[in-house]
Amino acid sequence: MSPNAAAEAKPTRRAWLSWLLGTSLGAVALSILYPLVRYVLPPPSAESQTGRVLAGRRSELPPGSGKTFRFGAKPGIVVATPGGEIRAFSAVCTHLACTVQYRKDLQHIWCACHDGHYSLEGVPIAGPPPRPLERYDVAVKGDEIWVSRQQG
Amino acid sequence: MRSARSAWRFLDDRLRLEPVVAFLREKEVPRHRLTWAYFFGGLSLFFLAVQVTTGILLLLYYRPTPEAAYESVEFVMTRVEFGWLVRSVHAWSANLMVLSVVVHMSSVYLMRSYGRPRDLTWWTGMLLLAATLGFGFSGYLLPWNTLAFFATRVGTDMVGKVPLVGGSLLRVLRGGEDVSGATLTRFFGLHAAVLPLLAFVLLGLHLLLVQRHNVHVPPSLREEARRRPGIPFLPDFTLRELVVWLIGLALLAALAAFRPWELGARADPFASAPAGIQPEWYFLFVFQTLKLLPARILGVEGELLGLAAFGAAAVLWFLAPVLDRASRRGEPSRTATVVGLAVLLYAAAMTLYAALAGRRS
Ligand code: FES
Repeated sequence: MSPNAAAEAKPTRRAWLSWLLGTSLGAVALSILYPLVRYVLPPPSAESQTGRVLAGRRSELPPGSGKTFRFGAKPGIVVATPGGEIRAFSAVCTHLACTVQYRKDLQHIWCACHDGHYSLEGVPIAGPPPRPLERYDVAVKGDEIWVSRQQG
Repeated sequence: MRSARSAWRFLDDRLRLEPVVAFLREKEVPRHRLTWAYFFGGLSLFFLAVQVTTGILLLLYYRPTPEAAYESVEFVMTRVEFGWLVRSVHAWSANLMVLSVVVHMSSVYLMRSYGRPRDLTWWTGMLLLAATLGFGFSGYLLPWNTLAFFATRVGTDMVGKVPLVGGSLLRVLRGGEDVSGATLTRFFGLHAAVLPLLAFVLLGLHLLLVQRHNVHVPPSLREEARRRPGIPFLPDFTLRELVVWLIGLALLAALAAFRPWELGARADPFASAPAGIQPEWYFLFVFQTLKLLPARILGVEGELLGLAAFGAAAVLWFLAPVLDRASRRGEPSRTATVVGLAVLLYAAAMTLYAALAGRRS
């Protein structure tokens, strides 16, 4: 090999080595970062796909009142309309996820956080909430109010 | 006296302190009619020191689980001697620190001190501001009371609206789908380990840069600063800063003693948000804006637009040294001042509005 050729071969060898170094450094960084990111993301909660929940009793819900209950990991709300009909919704406000309540004086559902109002159908009627509350199925058995996710 | 001198010689031999002292001795702070604004960075540092001290003290009793958090804070406030004082000082000092940091940032902006070469100082400062707000937001949850619970629900829900990564970010922050014990654990780690470390590094850099470039004198005050003699950093300026700290301490002590910070009611994740709920005052301008925005603007959800606007504003504010080209040449710029004043006035007006509305309800 002439000295000239050796000089030409050198840079490529050097480039090859630095490529090797660069990629292995990248691989090291990746092999640290990937598990780290996966670790920080919590595993999905083993939330049982909540079937039916005892939301309350008729006797504690006179017409024109409401109460929150625990629906799986989230709060729900049952209301007795002034006409005496029982309805249930998710209590998670569609605006920024506060928990709504039944306002006796207004006779509809209200969110305290940014003054959002929902009708007794769960439809937003004033304030910032953009979407209706999720509606649940209600089954009244004697005194017990059973709530489940709507079918379909 | 002799032992002090030999101690000094011992240190100087090993650490080579002489040049540092010589530098500080020669350093002068310019004197003009806005010199008072230079004290707010130092005042923020003072409140931070109070936070570190009282924070460590609170760590002796605090327990970061939903079953025990509220009770442990209650224990500190009712059973531990001077526990009420330590907690009250921590809570008040946090608020005063945010206030001081905001004044500091506003004055730096309005004097347009962020121009090159101080752009890096501005950026470390903005990150420190973000860390301060992060401290406030994460610390707020730790007592696990109702207000804190819903503030965290709403605050983290906003993060969830970020396009693409929002859902993952939300889960990382909450440690699950909802605000729960996992959130409390994460916020505690953030508040007591991650943010302190981050703030410590940023602060070191920030202070180093401030020493390197000294404070900035806006063009309109340059004439005055040239006419009047500077304030020697050692000891004159330092002593004055000390007086400012004493005033800060007096204010803090008065507030903590006469207006002890309340604990509120224990959080119940399945109860309704109580009427009159509000975040801390420094988030009120965001809160009030979200309250006023209609459900839909041109078919898009109002809060999405609002949050996007706040995000964009924060990025632009951060980029001030790049966007305001005149600041690099040290020239005045009408636009930068008008924009800055408009933004600050908006935030102040919305804060006031929310505070008044909150009082009425
Ligand atoms: S969270 Fe219900 S109105 Fe904003």
